[in-house]
Amino acid sequence: MTNLSIDIVEEQNKAQQHIKEQGLRVLVCAGTGCVANGSLKVIEKFKELGASVSTLTDYDKMTIVPTGCHGFCEQGVLVIIPDKHVTYVKVHVEDVEEIFESHVKNDKPVERLLYTDPKSGERVHKNDDINFYAKQTRTALANCGKINAESIEEAIAVHGYEALANVIKENNPDKVIQEVLDSGLRGRGGAGFPTGLKWKFTAANKGGKSYVVCNGDEGDPGAFMDRSVMEGDPHKLLEGMAIAAFAIGADEGYIYVRAEYPLAIKRLRKAIADAEEKHFLGKNIMGTDFSFTLHIKEGAGAFVCGEESALIASIEGERGMPRPKPPFPANKGLFGRPTLINNVETLANIPLIIRKGASWFSSMGTETSKGTKTFALTGEVNNTGLIEVPMGTTLREIIFDIGGGIRGGKKFKAVQIGGPSGGCLTEQHLDLPMDYESLTKAGAMVGSGGLVVMAEDTCMVEVARFFMNFTKNESCGKCVPCREGTKNMLHILEKIVAGKATMEDLDVLEEIAHTIKDGSLCGLGKTAPNPVLSTLKYFRDEYVAHIRDHKCPAGVCTAMKKIVIHEDLCKGCTKCARTCPVGAIEGTVKNPHKIDQTKCIKCEACLNACPFKAIGKE
Amino acid sequence: MSVEEISRKIDTKKLDEIIESCGSDKSHLIAILQKVQEEYKYLPEDALIYIGSKIVGLSPATVYGVATFYAQFSLDPKGKYEIKVCDGTACHVRGSMPVMNAIKKKLNLKDGKVTTDDGLFSMETVSCLGACGLAPVMMVNDKVYPQMTSDAVSIILDTLMKEEGVK
Repeated sequence: MTNLSIDIVEEQNKAQQHIKEQGLRVLVCAGTGCVANGSLKVIEKFKELGASVSTLTDYDKMTIVPTGCHGFCEQGVLVIIPDKHVTYVKVHVEDVEEIFESHVKNDKPVERLLYTDPKSGERVHKNDDINFYAKQTRTALANCGKINAESIEEAIAVHGYEALANVIKENNPDKVIQEVLDSGLRGRGGAGFPTGLKWKFTAANKGGKSYVVCNGDEGDPGAFMDRSVMEGDPHKLLEGMAIAAFAIGADEGYIYVRAEYPLAIKRLRKAIADAEEKHFLGKNIMGTDFSFTLHIKEGAGAFVCGEESALIASIEGERGMPRPKPPFPANKGLFGRPTLINNVETLANIPLIIRKGASWFSSMGTETSKGTKTFALTGEVNNTGLIEVPMGTTLREIIFDIGGGIRGGKKFKAVQIGGPSGGCLTEQHLDLPMDYESLTKAGAMVGSGGLVVMAEDTCMVEVARFFMNFTKNESCGKCVPCREGTKNMLHILEKIVAGKATMEDLDVLEEIAHTIKDGSLCGLGKTAPNPVLSTLKYFRDEYVAHIRDHKCPAGVCTAMKKIVIHEDLCKGCTKCARTCPVGAIEGTVKNPHKIDQTKCIKCEACLNACPFKAIGKE
Repeated sequence: MSVEEISRKIDTKKLDEIIESCGSDKSHLIAILQKVQEEYKYLPEDALIYIGSKIVGLSPATVYGVATFYAQFSLDPKGKYEIKVCDGTACHVRGSMPVMNAIKKKLNLKDGKVTTDDGLFSMETVSCLGACGLAPVMMVNDKVYPQMTSDAVSIILDTLMKEEGVK
């Protein structure tokens, strides 16, 4: 047992008391999404009104709390009044006064700003009844959106740093590692390596200098869970890192954050400064011998830096190119010292596992994939946003219950999971449990958890081309199969969408894909062909349609699109001819018009302009 | 080129300040380059040579290597308003291409040109801004604009141009 200079329970009581004294709490989301939708103005307006509050019935005052991301970005700006169990969506600065007068002062909800359920079409009065939230299990994200992300007091009030204090007090690092091992937590960044094992391997090299590094280089397009944790609950991440440092005997750490996340960087800097002031970080934490100094390193825009050895190279100030393994970072990592690298979400789970116990965590999820996982649900789905569900939840539950189904009544076609390293899953996989093994078996991967839903009007070949273009750009160039292979695969895919490919090209495409997989050093190269391979597996007929029939079944690829005017519907109003930017439409007033296909650039301007719906795609 | 020659071409005092504020260890190279880019809006070649000659363990070639590896760094001047159009998966699926084309057309950026002649605007695409729920999005300097359309882009650019007195 080690004596601490602080009593964390007492700190907690003080912080909770502080929150009680705030009176009626009005939570306004100040995550990147809601800020883009104008939440800062909403906060200002509320504050302006709140200054004159003296007539509230049950409260003596109102406090506006700018929070981190609630996850329901599409519906932003979100305003939540927990004591009144209400969530207001799409709030504009003009609506603030009405909420204040009607609901805050007179307890009458503002109906028009309540969330409308996309299925029933009814307004939802109670927070807990919003399907998007009701079907989730938020643990890593539990505080995101509930506390002021820039206040360490609010973090302490919801058990922040309690686990760290207990760990330091008990002074048994091996027990901490055992707890993480027993929990069954696996890396949330992509590969799913057991976290406890990583800790054990790094701790085995205890003695000299070692580091804890947090991988916040969330480069997967379509994923933003790490951003939300860093913006919404930064102290949970810091606490997780400090616990890791204590367990493996490190005294210095780095958080590597993408430069595209300025708000996350700002909040992390403040959180670190606040934690240092309270002696929760820095030298002699809580008055003990344990010290842990934390730095922030801003990335400079390279997807490959999400790979741990490339990330280490980048922190060292070099080109972010992967290094051969072994030696693994656990033995020889940052500056040649033993290094523990974990992803943001992984580390955010640590304080909870320590506080609530390994068995609590392992009671959620499936046999081999424990706990919960966050997913960024985006694309053609009604409720886009950030969600957290137990591992093993099915795609159907995620897309249709939480996501509220496909937008605009379109038909579900596929879901792209795991970003450029993942793959596409189709209708036949809707009841597949989302865990590491099942997804890998189906040709996709959990990855960081990006879920992009695609509807019937998405061209899968175009999607494959899109991802290949991404990996081609992001290939660091170290391994020839990846550098040259991605280029050639992209070239073939471009030929296919342009309608100029042959069936032989398809075979070459597959051959190169396997060469890249076998001949690349790092995860980026090994998984780069996945989007192509999985779409070839499940949507081969679309590839064939492009090549053999020169048709894009989804009607996306411009080279195969033909815009035509239906003579029977055309009234000869001349609007299309006037709209056409290239003068490809000819015709006289009150007579059917015609498109000169040799001039047409397929911009669809005429199609959108026609008042009689006489223009269509073929 | 020697350090003396470079100091005649570029304000090395400024560069020294930047190196000092970040720390002169070679592991701080990326942070140093980020600050230089913030100052000049791009990485002038002379600055790269100077940094490479000044910091122990680095050479101008290594600095150039790092500067060209990361997407954030530009060797050409960027605009006063840096437009970043997100072309992440979610934005792509919801139509980031028309947004991009609208900007190019409006700013007359053709054939790989990224910065307007008056130096006011530059446009690039980025992989993901992490605001996928609001796709398609774009960022002008540090401000994120949600749910973009070609019309919305036009209005935003018009407003900025008006502020700058561009006709």
